[in-house]
Amino acid sequence: MRSIAAEAKDSPETLKDAPLTRPVRRLDEVKAAKQPVVRYAFDAESARVFSPRKTARRHRSVLPGFGLSLGFTIVYLSLIVLIPLSAVFIKTASLTWPAFLAIVTAPRVVASYRLTFGASFGAAAINTIFGLLVAWVLVRYRFPGRRLADALVDLPFALPTAVAGIALTGLFAANGWIGSLLDPLGIKVAFTPLGVLVALTFIGLPFVVRTVQPVLEQLPRELEEAAATLGASRWPIFRRVIFPVVLPALITGFALAFARAIGEYGSVIFIAGNMPMVSEITPLVIITKLEQYDYNGATAVAVVMLVVSFVLLLAINALQAWTRRRQGAQA
Amino acid sequence: MTDDVHPSPPAGRAASESGLIRWLLIGTALVFLTTFLFLPLAFVFVTGLKKGLAVYLAAIVEPDALAAIRLTLLTAAIAVPLNLVFGVTAAWAIAKFSFPGKSVLITLIDLPFAVSPVIAGLIYVLIFGLQGWFGAWLAEHDMKIIFAVPGIVLATVFVTFPFVARELIPLMQAQGTEQEEAATVLGARGWQTFWRITLPNVKWGLLYGVILCNARAMGEFGAVSVVSGHIRGMTNTLPLHVEILYNEYQFAAAFACASLLALLALVTLALKLGVEYRARGMRRPVQEAAIAASVGVK
Repeated sequence: MRSIAAEAKDSPETLKDAPLTRPVRRLDEVKAAKQPVVRYAFDAESARVFSPRKTARRHRSVLPGFGLSLGFTIVYLSLIVLIPLSAVFIKTASLTWPAFLAIVTAPRVVASYRLTFGASFGAAAINTIFGLLVAWVLVRYRFPGRRLADALVDLPFALPTAVAGIALTGLFAANGWIGSLLDPLGIKVAFTPLGVLVALTFIGLPFVVRTVQPVLEQLPRELEEAAATLGASRWPIFRRVIFPVVLPALITGFALAFARAIGEYGSVIFIAGNMPMVSEITPLVIITKLEQYDYNGATAVAVVMLVVSFVLLLAINALQAWTRRRQGAQA
Repeated sequence: MTDDVHPSPPAGRAASESGLIRWLLIGTALVFLTTFLFLPLAFVFVTGLKKGLAVYLAAIVEPDALAAIRLTLLTAAIAVPLNLVFGVTAAWAIAKFSFPGKSVLITLIDLPFAVSPVIAGLIYVLIFGLQGWFGAWLAEHDMKIIFAVPGIVLATVFVTFPFVARELIPLMQAQGTEQEEAATVLGARGWQTFWRITLPNVKWGLLYGVILCNARAMGEFGAVSVVSGHIRGMTNTLPLHVEILYNEYQFAAAFACASLLALLALVTLALKLGVEYRARGMRRPVQEAAIAASVGVK
């Protein structure tokens, strides 16, 4: 203001010729709504401090305890998880390559992979279909018992696996509540590979429901209403509007259920019957080898499972990042 | 029964399903949930109580069962606080500071979830077992870790490792550091800031993590089964005791003990619901404040 006053005294013409309309462009409201900058800064220096990416080096936190907490985290992580896990790889490294291959491709071990991965895939697929259905019903409809059903979905997380195992075995045995219904039809579940599928379906059930549910809850109704107004009927709306939004969460849920299923032990061993070559899962192969003091054999098979688990973990991380991005783009 | 659906679908039929399809979907979902969740749960209690209350109680107060319950409680009492301290420390380092390699660290913390419980047991056998790295040294000093209580505790700590950290990290990241910074600038010391600002902000998330951690610690089967050695009355946790009874065809006793664990699961679910309910009530004022702040800035 002062400089303007000085200018008015020094050269009144300049002030008079000053543009009456301010050369400010129209506000980009769409961008502002999409990427709101809630924090603002007065100058370039503090703007840099606030920019989320570069915070690390330029901005030293005033909070205490960084060294202590990070140090403790890393030491504890190493002692409990990293060093013990590395033991598996170090132990396996003492094997020659042909010896390792001979162990992990033995017919009985290969049969167990086939069952473990096949049944895990099947169970995850069942959970994907029914998980989507359950999530849809829980989010969209109101019916008696909905809250109870919603709470029960988490049961497989809370129920100890051994309890789940003996309960499912009892239910699906030929004289059990469900098994006695299936037996006249010639379907045997308990003590067959089908039993493994049932146990793994139970274990993986919450994963798909709990990853899809929040996405469905956030799905804006307007999209479907707009599609309906434009003349689309229900099934095309589901396929073209709802399904693409839910898809990343669905795949993530599938991967989580699959990853959980391949490592599962407690709920499976009771119902599986554990016949070598037929209904023996890979974790059981590891335990059997351990009980025979075949430490090399047990660790070699464990390495194969660990590698698969790690790959899945990385895939799931990437999938979850994808889901978040898709949801971010939605919001 | 038909006062369900969302209020008045504006675009008519196509914005929602017809009544018949809706009830078909609900019916299918309920049949699926009943078969896989409700029936197994009911089966545990029905079979446990089938031979009468006397048999049920006898199975639980039997000395081996009591020893198993004691060991299960002891294991959880060690494993849960350890992982609680770890979870809070890790979340403080990860959520309140920036450093390179953070996302790698988060992935590593999740690792125990990806590892089969059987392998979790195996790794400790490889290290502390008789043929393991420290096996000879431990035998010399007459110490036992595998086939003894320390091994059980270690395996349980491993499988429950991520629970608390995993609940807290996203929560504390979302809350940012402004409040702690303000407290520090106003002269609060580190612990003061933590006890008065951070902890009250995350208490429901913390409780949630502890509940899940405890359920898994008490119910773990695979990892513990590898390292325990199944010595009755000595290294049997409750889930292992259930397995032994079941394999001896003592079904009533097995399901009686299993019903204790099922009860634990139900209590866990109830507590979880309670915490979710309270946390939702807590979040609302915070969200409103955030909305007000963003409107004010604009």
